[in-house]
Amino acid sequence: MNPRLTLLTASRVLQQIRADHRTVALLLIVPCVLMGLLAWVFQDTPVFDQVGPALLGVFPFVVMFIVTSIATLRERTSGTLERLLAGPLGKADLMFGYAIAFGLVAIIQALVATAFAIYVCDLDVAGPVWVLVVIAVLDAVLGTALGLLASAFAHTEFQAVQFMPAFILPQFLLCGLLVARDRLPDVLSTISDFLPLSYAVDAMSAVASQVEPLGDVGPDLGIIAAWVVAALVLGALTLRRRTD
Amino acid sequence: MMNTAAIVIDDLLVRRGGVVVIPGLRVCVPAGQVVGLLGPSGSGKSTLMRAVVGVQKIAGGTVTVLGQVAGSPALRSRVGYVTQSPSVYADLTVRANVAYFAGLVGQGSDAVDKALAEVDLSAVADRKVERLSGGQRSRVSLAAALAGDPELLVLDEPTVGLDPVLRRDLWNLFHRLAGAGRSLLVSSHVMDEATRCDRLLLMRDGSLLSDSTPDELLARTGALDAEAAFLHLIDTAADTAKEVV
Ligand SMILES: Nc1ncnc2c1ncn2[C@@H]1O[C@H](COP(=O)(O)OP(=O)(O)O)[C@@H](O)[C@H]1O
Ligand SMILES: [Mg+2]
Repeated sequence: MNPRLTLLTASRVLQQIRADHRTVALLLIVPCVLMGLLAWVFQDTPVFDQVGPALLGVFPFVVMFIVTSIATLRERTSGTLERLLAGPLGKADLMFGYAIAFGLVAIIQALVATAFAIYVCDLDVAGPVWVLVVIAVLDAVLGTALGLLASAFAHTEFQAVQFMPAFILPQFLLCGLLVARDRLPDVLSTISDFLPLSYAVDAMSAVASQVEPLGDVGPDLGIIAAWVVAALVLGALTLRRRTD
Repeated sequence: MMNTAAIVIDDLLVRRGGVVVIPGLRVCVPAGQVVGLLGPSGSGKSTLMRAVVGVQKIAGGTVTVLGQVAGSPALRSRVGYVTQSPSVYADLTVRANVAYFAGLVGQGSDAVDKALAEVDLSAVADRKVERLSGGQRSRVSLAAALAGDPELLVLDEPTVGLDPVLRRDLWNLFHRLAGAGRSLLVSSHVMDEATRCDRLLLMRDGSLLSDSTPDELLARTGALDAEAAFLHLIDTAADTAKEVV
């Protein structure tokens, strides 16, 4: 890896995001709209306070997975990926460049979505708000990392699009949002122990219910961070310089 | 150092989608020249170029570029590659594109300005690529490679769809680069570009029909232009095949 090339790539990706006003609007507004909708659907019930924080972690994850998959898909179809791989850019430089760029976007996204949930939708959380933001950012970066991994596995555009539901939906079903993970059938509960989104939801739930959540949140964040690095490294290893 | 070969290819075998598209090819591309790779569409020009820059999986043989195995890390900033369809970011400006690709090989804004001037795009440098014509886009793609000042330029049909004046200017630019010691491998499916090359490789169905200077080719085949020479070579090859059977 070469830090200069990684940062150069991150800055190029940021330029592209910044030039696309609609994507910026989507990244910032969609999570807010979803939170608002959720608060409205569950008004006058305690449900919003229970699942709201968890979704604050899940939405950025899903949105970033999709945006990253599309961005790398375009990199492939435009021929720029082939050109980059013929040049001195390392595969890891490309992966981490994307992760850094989307990570920076995720910080803004998490700040906006969390502020909206708390100040507009009156979301009640027992723990400190900044922990909520940190978890949301890490979840977004996780979405980016898995999006990159998925598109590195894909050999065609068609496959890359198919990976979206395949990577996201099972995690969503098992992450504890629909049924608490300890009440899942044993096999599924064990599987959910290996999926990163489970830890995102665990961490968010801890902040929602505990005044001092760091003891529970810390290990969860560690596991998510390990997944992020593993996905990026695996993505870099899977990406082929030489193709058929 | 005396190094007269930019590219040496030996027994190259390439399969794409399970089909043999280059069935064992041998060629030596000299350094410091503009070498044309001419052949009809589907003859394997792009595949051969992909093998030279090291992004094509090969099933056999060796490809040596500037003395090293094609695609090896040390070569990646010494070889510039322009793909057949323009590979640049449509949502970035012309300058941002060229600056990014130049930056990857350690070149700064002087090299960017120079490359933009060379392909006659200085006037639209701050325009987004998506708002350019096809010919302009392919020149952005070319500028992105030129700005890196590579020792070997592999250009896949860089002059297709350009107006005659620009085409002439670009060929002149290629010769100036060769004069400055750079090596160029330039493909085209337009036979009349043959006369603009120092040396010509004629390709058909993944094999080389001829490897000579344009003058030698015309003298050997008795043809008046490259197109006629190409046909002559195909006919003789067919006759020889019949005799062997
Ligand atoms: N991605 C691919 N998968 C399978 N076959 C391919 C692919 N690209 C090109 N080919 C085949 O390889 C042969 C050579 O193609 P190509 O190198 O693109 O020729 P040219 O550049 O001279 O037009 C053609 O028969 C073409 O059908
Ligand atoms: Mg081609």
